[in-house]
Amino acid sequence: MPNGRHIIYDYLRTTKRFPHMWCPGCGLGTFLGAFLRAVDKSGYTKDQIVLISGIGCSGRISTYADFNTLHTTHGRALTFATGIKLTKPGLKVIVIMGDGDATAIGGNHFIHAARRNLDITAIVINNSVYGMTGGQVSPETPLDVRTTTSPYGNVESPFDICKLAEAAGAAFVARSTVYHVKLMERLIGRAIDRKGFDVLEIISQCPVQYGRRVGLKSPVEMLQWQKDHAVTQEKARGMSEEDLKDKIRIGALVDNEAPTYQEKLDAMKQSFKGVE
Amino acid sequence: MATTGKSKTKETSPSKTVKVYKGWCKRCGICVAFCPRQALETDKDGYPSLKDPRGCDGCGWCELMCPDFAIVVEDAKS
Ligand SMILES: Cc1ncc(C[n+]2csc(CCOP(=O)(O)OP(=O)(O)O)c2C)c(N)n1
Ligand code: SF4
Ligand code: SF4
Repeated sequence: MPNGRHIIYDYLRTTKRFPHMWCPGCGLGTFLGAFLRAVDKSGYTKDQIVLISGIGCSGRISTYADFNTLHTTHGRALTFATGIKLTKPGLKVIVIMGDGDATAIGGNHFIHAARRNLDITAIVINNSVYGMTGGQVSPETPLDVRTTTSPYGNVESPFDICKLAEAAGAAFVARSTVYHVKLMERLIGRAIDRKGFDVLEIISQCPVQYGRRVGLKSPVEMLQWQKDHAVTQEKARGMSEEDLKDKIRIGALVDNEAPTYQEKLDAMKQSFKGVE
Repeated sequence: MATTGKSKTKETSPSKTVKVYKGWCKRCGICVAFCPRQALETDKDGYPSLKDPRGCDGCGWCELMCPDFAIVVEDAKS
């Protein structure tokens, strides 16, 4: 292990095999670093946190991080999270999913968890493709992109994850790219601090299964692309819809207070008191 | 923690060290490409190394960006 007195190494399960399994330059490692720093700053102890993931390269995050962890089935991380939150409301429940995990096979769970306003932090790592299984098209693959399952170009329009989350009722919705590493860390921290269903979309790079298919030949080129295409909310306000077309809005997009599922349930229980 | 403490020195300090743990580094090139002061270079084996410690201002960006937790900037600002 690197020999530095560094918070990251307190949170990594170094009994696992390192270097980790992700490809060179994959955004997942940078995200994990930001996530661990944000958790460290949040004041939660390792035992107060439950980290739940699905299946995919992103799903492997729960293997490497030293919290209560659950590596569940593909698309079902939020269902496990719902059960844990309702039975152990005192735990901080955080879910990490890939874009395929959250919006393809798990899309239904995603919108309903948002609708219920469960007290869960849901992080979607969007690399535009199914990374682990070989670069198949995902609901986040842009139009016309050739993938292993769209060899002549993708004909299905992608979802905007943040708009989907907002429409479904998420209390807090935010987006960052991996390149904007400090913003990413701050937004993770904000999401963890809040109650209610928080959705954080992280635009990440999959250099192996995606970048090379869209002419971005290296992780460096992919990060440069993120840098060039991201616009902050402040900047976006002064831009036309036309100019914003190929841009990625970053920052906090929605921030609402609303009673959580748990609070509504508690209020209902209270209302039954004294009833014969 | 050494790396989270705020450094009091504003000036570029020659004592900054960027430690690269080669056992975990996958030579992705991100740190070398994006160092705001172009203080890093690629050595003959493809690993990053500090050109000249005086070129590094300890901003810590390479450490934050490294996807493999293979860089530690001693006395980093953030
Ligand atoms: C029920 C089920 N269907 C399909 C699979 C195969 N499978 C594993 S990971 C994956 C997609 C991964 O893509 P994504 O969720 O975007 O994560 P990434 O690997 O890109 O991080 C699929 C289809 C599975 N494991 N289980
Ligand atoms: S396939 Fe893509 S997402 Fe998976 S580890 Fe490699 S670069 Fe990362
Ligand atoms: S700490 Fe900052 S200036 Fe120093 S090598 Fe890393 S990125 Fe460059």
